[in-house]
Amino acid sequence: MALFSKILAKLRGGSTSDADWDELRTTLIEADLGATLCDELIEIARREKVEDCEVALTHALESALTSVDRSLARAQGRPTTVMVVGVNGTGKTTSVAKLMSLIKQSGNSVVVAAADTFRAAAIEQLQTWGEKIGVEVVAGKFQGDPASVVFDAATLAIREKVDYLIIDTAGRLHTKSNLMDELSKIRRVLEKSSPIDEVLLVVDATTGQNGIVQARSFLEAVGVTGLVLTKMDGSAKGGIALAIERETRLPIKFVGTGERAEDFSTFEASIYISSLLE
Amino acid sequence: MFDSLTSKFASAFSSLRSRGRLKPSDIEEIVAEIRSALIESDVALQVADTFADSIKEISLAELEQVNKSVNPSQGIFDIVNKELVRILGGQARRIRMAKNPPTVIMLAGLQGAGKTSLAGKLALYLKNQGNTPILIASDLQRPNAVTQLQQVGASVGVPVFAPEPGNGVGDPVAVAKAGKKFAEEKLHNFVIVDTAGRLGVDYELMEQAARIRDAVKPDEILLVVDAMVGQDAVRTAEAFLSGLGFDAVVLTKLDGDARGGAALSILTRTNRPIMFAATGENPTDFDLFYPDRMASRILGLGDVQTLAEQAKAAMDPDLTKRFEEKFARGDDFTLLDFLGQLQAIKKMGSMSKMLGMLPGMNSGAMKKQLESLDDGELIKTEAIIQSMTPAEREDVKILNGTRRSRIAKGSGRAVSEVNNLVDRFTAAQKMMRQMRNGGGMPAGMPPVPGMPAMPKFNKQQPAKKKSRSGNPAKRAVEEG
Repeated sequence: MALFSKILAKLRGGSTSDADWDELRTTLIEADLGATLCDELIEIARREKVEDCEVALTHALESALTSVDRSLARAQGRPTTVMVVGVNGTGKTTSVAKLMSLIKQSGNSVVVAAADTFRAAAIEQLQTWGEKIGVEVVAGKFQGDPASVVFDAATLAIREKVDYLIIDTAGRLHTKSNLMDELSKIRRVLEKSSPIDEVLLVVDATTGQNGIVQARSFLEAVGVTGLVLTKMDGSAKGGIALAIERETRLPIKFVGTGERAEDFSTFEASIYISSLLE
Repeated sequence: MFDSLTSKFASAFSSLRSRGRLKPSDIEEIVAEIRSALIESDVALQVADTFADSIKEISLAELEQVNKSVNPSQGIFDIVNKELVRILGGQARRIRMAKNPPTVIMLAGLQGAGKTSLAGKLALYLKNQGNTPILIASDLQRPNAVTQLQQVGASVGVPVFAPEPGNGVGDPVAVAKAGKKFAEEKLHNFVIVDTAGRLGVDYELMEQAARIRDAVKPDEILLVVDAMVGQDAVRTAEAFLSGLGFDAVVLTKLDGDARGGAALSILTRTNRPIMFAATGENPTDFDLFYPDRMASRILGLGDVQTLAEQAKAAMDPDLTKRFEEKFARGDDFTLLDFLGQLQAIKKMGSMSKMLGMLPGMNSGAMKKQLESLDDGELIKTEAIIQSMTPAEREDVKILNGTRRSRIAKGSGRAVSEVNNLVDRFTAAQKMMRQMRNGGGMPAGMPPVPGMPAMPKFNKQQPAKKKSRSGNPAKRAVEEG
């Protein structure tokens, strides 16, 4: 689609028609950016005096991604604590596994807390990953108190002087206030033994406009510091992540692109934007 | 769910309501608003256009008729509702049964859509209808998906056929085939095949799903779709339709506040009905999908039908009968009856969820109230009643200070809470007496006087004796 408009723009020596803009708007809406944001960005792009409308729109999209620092937090002299949260089924446990693999590969030590005590076999799922990658997983009882697992893991991490402590939490819909309170409790318990350096919200690329509400709710309940965008290997473009970053100023930090531990990388704005316009 | 969709429709109609007689330009305006509301609700662009166009067409054609009615905006509202019901499936469809059992149901979908949880819910649903389902663990890919299914199966009391450990070991096609054979031998009449999550663009895995299909020849292939999904819903559904084929859709995570526009898109584009809806984390949070109810919810009319059905299922028929006899005899309503009703309410699920189904309860302010509702209140009330002696439960008048403080200690509540309960109960009892003198029982289930879990609503309790109207018709309304 965009390619067509590009060719057209070239043929006409740079002038772009309303039809081209409409086409780009459709592309962006179908990438889940949301109609309001699309209109805003196209408005910005149209004001720019660039021959190619796609180039102009790329600039507009770049301007929406304002975050400078997308690196994983690092604490000095104590374990860096990373909490992973999100709604059900976005890929939290898989992302935790990928993250521990990434950290381990960079030569740092890591301990993981299996604080998803709710979903059946979530603990085992993480333990299987732990064995595969060679990372210690602290687990409690199925349907036990997640806060106590977190406390145990934090104690161990401090005692063993590991570099990173990652906490996998149970998926929860942001509308369940009791479950969101539980998350705040985990955070409070954790803060007693160690400050929290990073709270990553896992967002599924297929998520629609509800993603923004999700991000706001999690931000409010646990103070999210960054996003992990998962399932980017499918047909979904994950435009909601850009909408979230623009709305909440939370940087997209990592991108998941498959089921293997290595299908995980730091976020590259240019790659992401060009895939949005594809 | 569908809340934002609801509020946008609502605002569109409230502007219309103030206008009275409608002009074609009014229709144009509201159709444009409906279209943008749909897009913001994740409905696919083309689907939103088609829907809006059909609303426009019908509204313009019926404009004269609509304007004749007392409330023209209501007429347009009805048109939208009717059209929405039509698209959402028009008619709910049941599971197609195999001529010779077992009936095989295959689940498919993206990763994280909720297939394994749904497998458990579906199994429990079938089991509760007197069937003998078995679950087959054909997701051998995701780490510990097999263990998860085993745990899910154990929690709902349904056997799980899982010969392979999973985690990449074993052939899902062979497992599915052997599972069906096993079910035939053991005379299970339903087989539910759980498969690995796969992307629409993953041809290799899609082909594997097709081989599972060919091995078990399912009577129903259900595509499991997350209600939060965005514009990709159509692409994914179309990919599954061409790669595997499916007969119906199950919508999960409907207890969130996603607008769920994907449901409209998938139905329109694939012409497959939505058959079931999953609405929570518990195995019982599962029901058939009712298009008319969903349309009502979208339009902010509440889901009263589901509530009534749940109430009926939760009420012990013996208890209801005993209560009715007692009422007819003229005996007093006692704390024991009250306790029975409390337990019935508890069976119906969480109070906030129940109230959420009532009309108007999904508006913003009401929603906040609902969320703060504490289901623990029910349990506390129950504890207080259970700490009483049988004689006390029969007649609360004997409750003096000593008894009250004993009850408070026994139930671990404050004396003031015991007092509060007794006061509310006495008021309810009085109301029952009045009702008996003034007229019959309200139709349907026995009344639940002084619902205990809502301290916030105390002011609205029927505690104060109203003066009775002299007009018999008016009185009947007041008391009915």
